[in-house]
Amino acid sequence: MTEKIKKNRVLVGKPGLDGHDRGAKFIAQALRDAGFEVVYTGIRRSPEEIAAAAVQEDVDAVGLSSLSGAHMRLFPAVVEALAKAGAPDIPVLGGGVIPEEDIIELKAAGIVEIFTPGTPIDTIISAYRDACEKKSTG
Amino acid sequence: MTIDRLLEGLRQRDPRAIGRAISLVENGDESAEIILSSLDENLVSQATILGITGPPGAGKSTLTNEIIAKLRHQEERIGIIAIDPSSPISGGAILGDRIRMMQHATDKDVVMRSMATRGRLGGLCATAGAAVRIMASCGCSTIIIETVGVGQSEMDIIRLADITILVMAPGLGDEIQAMKAGLLEVADILVVNKADCKGADILAMDLEAVTRKGSATPTQVCMTVATEGKGVTELLDRIDKLDSEHRDSGERQKRRRGAHNQEVLDWCLEILRPQLLDKIIKRKLSVLGDPRLKAKKILEEK
Repeated sequence: MTEKIKKNRVLVGKPGLDGHDRGAKFIAQALRDAGFEVVYTGIRRSPEEIAAAAVQEDVDAVGLSSLSGAHMRLFPAVVEALAKAGAPDIPVLGGGVIPEEDIIELKAAGIVEIFTPGTPIDTIISAYRDACEKKSTG
Repeated sequence: MTIDRLLEGLRQRDPRAIGRAISLVENGDESAEIILSSLDENLVSQATILGITGPPGAGKSTLTNEIIAKLRHQEERIGIIAIDPSSPISGGAILGDRIRMMQHATDKDVVMRSMATRGRLGGLCATAGAAVRIMASCGCSTIIIETVGVGQSEMDIIRLADITILVMAPGLGDEIQAMKAGLLEVADILVVNKADCKGADILAMDLEAVTRKGSATPTQVCMTVATEGKGVTELLDRIDKLDSEHRDSGERQKRRRGAHNQEVLDWCLEILRPQLLDKIIKRKLSVLGDPRLKAKKILEEK
């Protein structure tokens, strides 16, 4: 019997051409400080790159950030790319400057949670924790 | 994923199965034994394991990225294990080595995995070793282990490598830093990266001088500019040459044996640690007295 050391692993990345990574880096560090292992893939990634990395890293959740307004296209594209890569069970969370009406549509497209500016960091961390735990037991 | 499906996935070299298998071993899951004993030992013994180490910011990931690009030209399947430190406070980690290697993200023949040190004393050697085996068994003929070259556990991981490359760069401190860290002793090939920057020549000269002292075979110094891919072909040639020398002289086998012993020792400690801790806690030891003597008594009891 060896010691069991299950850690929550998440991938944080930015799909698309938007280079504003302050938010993504802030989330990555907050998750690290909450004990997560955070694979950070940086800016300007295609949905396929993010999905391939998520599969190889066997993460429990994927976090996306978009501040350019392209979230309606890019967030669902990552969900699709994950399904195509054989990992439809990896939950996707997102954050950015996202209008109220888009949130409903994004959730319908399979994004588990959407965070907008001003969301308390504890809310975000516990949403990631829930997503990770649900995934590992499911 | 059931264990049977996982093993079938590994045989098919499915990226999902490879990722899952490494996690299960890393997390100390019971299925680890089944996974690790199902591997193709032939492929494991044939693969070349490169260790790339050096101080933060020297350009290890960028150099690794270039090495991958060159090896992919030769149609090799490559595995990368990139190790970053876990926070001793929160236990979390930022694993950021992928940023420099994303150009290979969708290449099915580049299998990459980021790993956090998780604060274990030596256990990382066991889990990194297991990841090497899984990747080799899934057809990776070269496996690169990339790690920041500080601390004992990182040095232990480097022992898994057949050939170790130390990457330095000008402006990160003089050769005295390298002498201190003891890194030069484990390196087979020294790389001065960012060779287009001021101070690169002096650093290379200093490193050569340091390694030459008292050694019949001075460590070779390679100059590279990883961001432009310069010097990488020459570096790979040196690696190849050294690897075949090591294969001929028996050095490779000797290192493999040493690494294997280390891995077995690591697994022993991984298995014993929770059991011992349990015993220690149950004894409700007083805080007075010699800890060493108490340890001996606990180990002697059947």
